[in-house]
Amino acid sequence: MINLSLKSLNQGLVKKKFSSLELTQFFLNRVEKHNSDINAFISIDAEKSLTQAKHADALIQSGQNSLLTGIPVAQKDIFCSAGWRTTCGSLMLDNFISPYDATVIQKFNEVGAVNLGKTNMDEFAMGSSNETSYYGSVKNPWDLSLVPGGSSGGSAAAIAARLAPAATGTDTGGSIRQPASLCGFTGLKPTYGLVSRFGMIAFASSLDQAGPMAPSAEDCAVLLNVMAGYDEKDSTSINHEKEDYLANLDEPIKGLRIGVPKEFFEKGLDGSVQKVIEAALMSYKKMGAELVDISLPNTHLAIPVYYVIAPAEASSNLSRYDGVRYGYRAKEYNDLMDMYFKTRQEGFGEEVKRRILIGTYVLSAGYYDAYYLKAQKIRKLISDDFKKAFEKCDVIMGPSAPSVAFKANEKKSDPLAMYLQDIYTISTNLAGLPGMSIPAGMIDNLPVGLQLIGNYFKESQMLNIAHAFQKETDWHTRMPDGVS
Amino acid sequence: MDWDIVIGIETHVQLRTNSKQFSGASTAYGSEPNSQACLVSLAYPGVLPVLNKEAVNCAIRFGLATDAEIASRSIFARKNYFYPDLPKGYQISQFELPIVNHGKLSISINGKEKEVRILRAHLEEDAGKSLHGIVQGKTGIDLNRAGTPLLEIVTEPDMSSADEAVTYAKKLHELVQWIGICDGNMQEGSFRCDVNVSVKKKGDTKLGTRREIKNLNSFRFIKQAIDYEVNWQIERLEDGEKIDQATILFNPETGETRAMRSKEEANDYRYFPDPDLLPLEVTANMIDKIKLSMPELPASVAERFEKNLGLSSYDASELTANREVTNYFNNVLQFECSPKITANWILGVIFSQLKEKDISISLCPISPAQLAKLIQRIEDQTISNNAAKKVFDALWQKPNTEIDLLIDELGLRQISDSGAIDQLVEEVINANINMVNEFKSGKEKAFNALIGQVMKASKGKANPAQVSEILKKKLTI
Amino acid sequence: MTINQKDIEKIAHLARINISEEESATLEVKLNSIISMIDKMQEVNTDNVEPMSHALEVTQPLREDKVTESDIRSDALKIAPEVVDSTFIVPQVIE
Repeated sequence: MINLSLKSLNQGLVKKKFSSLELTQFFLNRVEKHNSDINAFISIDAEKSLTQAKHADALIQSGQNSLLTGIPVAQKDIFCSAGWRTTCGSLMLDNFISPYDATVIQKFNEVGAVNLGKTNMDEFAMGSSNETSYYGSVKNPWDLSLVPGGSSGGSAAAIAARLAPAATGTDTGGSIRQPASLCGFTGLKPTYGLVSRFGMIAFASSLDQAGPMAPSAEDCAVLLNVMAGYDEKDSTSINHEKEDYLANLDEPIKGLRIGVPKEFFEKGLDGSVQKVIEAALMSYKKMGAELVDISLPNTHLAIPVYYVIAPAEASSNLSRYDGVRYGYRAKEYNDLMDMYFKTRQEGFGEEVKRRILIGTYVLSAGYYDAYYLKAQKIRKLISDDFKKAFEKCDVIMGPSAPSVAFKANEKKSDPLAMYLQDIYTISTNLAGLPGMSIPAGMIDNLPVGLQLIGNYFKESQMLNIAHAFQKETDWHTRMPDGVS
Repeated sequence: MDWDIVIGIETHVQLRTNSKQFSGASTAYGSEPNSQACLVSLAYPGVLPVLNKEAVNCAIRFGLATDAEIASRSIFARKNYFYPDLPKGYQISQFELPIVNHGKLSISINGKEKEVRILRAHLEEDAGKSLHGIVQGKTGIDLNRAGTPLLEIVTEPDMSSADEAVTYAKKLHELVQWIGICDGNMQEGSFRCDVNVSVKKKGDTKLGTRREIKNLNSFRFIKQAIDYEVNWQIERLEDGEKIDQATILFNPETGETRAMRSKEEANDYRYFPDPDLLPLEVTANMIDKIKLSMPELPASVAERFEKNLGLSSYDASELTANREVTNYFNNVLQFECSPKITANWILGVIFSQLKEKDISISLCPISPAQLAKLIQRIEDQTISNNAAKKVFDALWQKPNTEIDLLIDELGLRQISDSGAIDQLVEEVINANINMVNEFKSGKEKAFNALIGQVMKASKGKANPAQVSEILKKKLTI
Repeated sequence: MTINQKDIEKIAHLARINISEEESATLEVKLNSIISMIDKMQEVNTDNVEPMSHALEVTQPLREDKVTESDIRSDALKIAPEVVDSTFIVPQVIE
């Protein structure tokens, strides 16, 4: 069961080969057995999950089911889930039992999917290695001494170790794509506005997007069909006409123009990774695609721009964590000010505090123009780079991350080194474009991901392009040794 | 030393909407604490704001009513600061690009018109309430009010006295109720003024340092606070001390102002456009639609009352001070009563009754139709004006009574039959020869005394005008 | 642009986060490295560029003025740190 696609699992349920109850129990058992090795989950509630499974079985029984009915899905602990502890990887929300469901969670509930549990993540989604979580680091199932990537590290590890057949993540600067690359599965960050952000704990509002994480592109399409959709509770949600992301998976890709940005292949990219990517591009060429040289000249400014905008928005979004209405409150304090200061000193981890301070700084009097405003202008330039590039190509490809998974603690004390992990993914978020990572090869038994960047609302096409690769190759079916 | 006073006012107007600015929670006043605090009001992780259409309409109405520019594109911004009644740690407001710009409001000061320029008006949300005294040494936060739609209206520093400030505030208060965007209930906090006050030596072009008096919610307090503050500032300057910019509170009990403790360091609000909201687009279409539903503005109605109905400008102004009064007046006129008599009755008798009972005209038990009937009976001479007042008092107790019935019940039907009056006058003349002779020898007062006798003899029912006429005729033969 | 510990103190105050003395020293180093990275933005000329806040040309949707939310007081107060008489209790707010 651990390597069955979502479609096959659905068939199994529909043909009564197994029930959702059995399927859910199966994965719960796997979690119980293996989670302590990798620390992928923060919260498990077997009773709740099995209750949902029973309800799903009833739906299947009465023929009122869809593809995801009865399928256990691991939910990144950034999605508020009614009655579940929702921590966002932070002590600040350690005791927060959410009184409501995020829209994404509601959508899963509506089709009868099962919430398998809440996965670990970098605190408040700030990180690229899942080492900043209050609940401890997540280990990469391919090599427990390595990081799984972040911030959706828990979901990533769960998929890699097959503790769940599907998972959700969020991507603000690469937090779905980079872990997908480091853990060898398929991850998709949709166009900004395609998936509702209501109930998704905010990090950087203009960059955050929720997306599917699963072994294959087809699996991701199944998940995206449920996740996507206009939500009037989210003002930034786009009223895009409903699509079936499975419909065009098998379209031929002959004549596809693939843009290859030279800036993605400069120094900073590990040589072996580069070889894997180039080989993948060759595979596409063999499939009939055309490689086109393009340039995204402002790529080198993406990280500075991101590290102004994201912390600025985050510093404001995280002001609500003040110990007044919910969440952590310091045990001892002399007065109101003291309560604020101590609560936020104790409740937040180092990286979060650093980013709040940077964000506060770049918005403060005298600095707004030079930093925040400037960053928003360069953001326009970066976005225009993509516009120009898409005149010459249909999709852009390159590496998802500059290297394979790195050792735990290696970059933890060097924020800048950590930030460079996102060098290829960040500009996609700045432009609001959709991005994907698919497994493209291995180096010393560690996965390497190929990144696809599409034009606005081209998820269907991207999934088709990814699926084509996955029909010719089997990288996405590989599992770490020891996963059985 | 002569001093100029410079005043600018920022008014927070709570908009009359059913739901909050950015969520569907109720805005009803006076509910149990936190019973109207929804997920968004409570600033839970993950919640998002969605803008209230009616609040936007209110802002547009205000822009139209003050001849302002209504921005086709305006932006919401976050004003960041920490306070327990501000659940998100920021207030969603508008900063660089507000929805309304450059309007004006005319006020009448000592018979002269003065224009107060309105720099801008923008949409924002109200904070919650801090309740002191629930627990010793602690404060209880009620978030029912958090998120209520506000329109913040900011003037240029165009006012130069406490009177001008109060006149402006009153006019604005009337206007926002007139156009239906605010219920004007100051006790409930629907209309709150922050007053910026500074002084400068007469003729100086440079403005003095201003201090901001926050949250004044009565016109009396506005006057008292300004008066105190102006004196305070002048005294300090005359002593050679300088004035620091400060935010201050007015204590109604002592009548004094004092600086707020927590605002010692100027707050850096770190305004930036709210990424959870998109630019607000207001189209010409939207504005036109709202124009059609706008009521005629008070100044224009007052002008009509003066020109077409011949009312004095004072009466016209009083009758258009509030839309309910204007509607009442118009409703009475539908019965073709004399506008002047109607105006007198409303502004005189009715207003004084309403004041005594401390109710507004909407609660006046006497309907416009009833008042119209009463006025008709005065106009057709059935009763005298004085008698009408008695009928009015009786009617107030039993508002649904037929007026004619009441007139007869009270026996107030005026005697207008000239024959009967003639007889009464004759009788009185014959019984008061001395008075008649006094009049004939030049004592004017005797005439009134004779009228008085006739009225007495008729138990007040004789038509005084007719009595006077007939008596005059008889005495000048 | 570099910041010193005094700047950090000011920023931390605005953000309501206590920073201990040891933390302040390490922060100074780390924040300055981040700031010098951010300063790379000044390399490019953006004189005639419009700031971008949203990728697509979209405007704010408007919500009908209806009451859609009900009383969730009991759930909200249940998860609050300190509650008395249905209000959230904090140390006294002094104005």
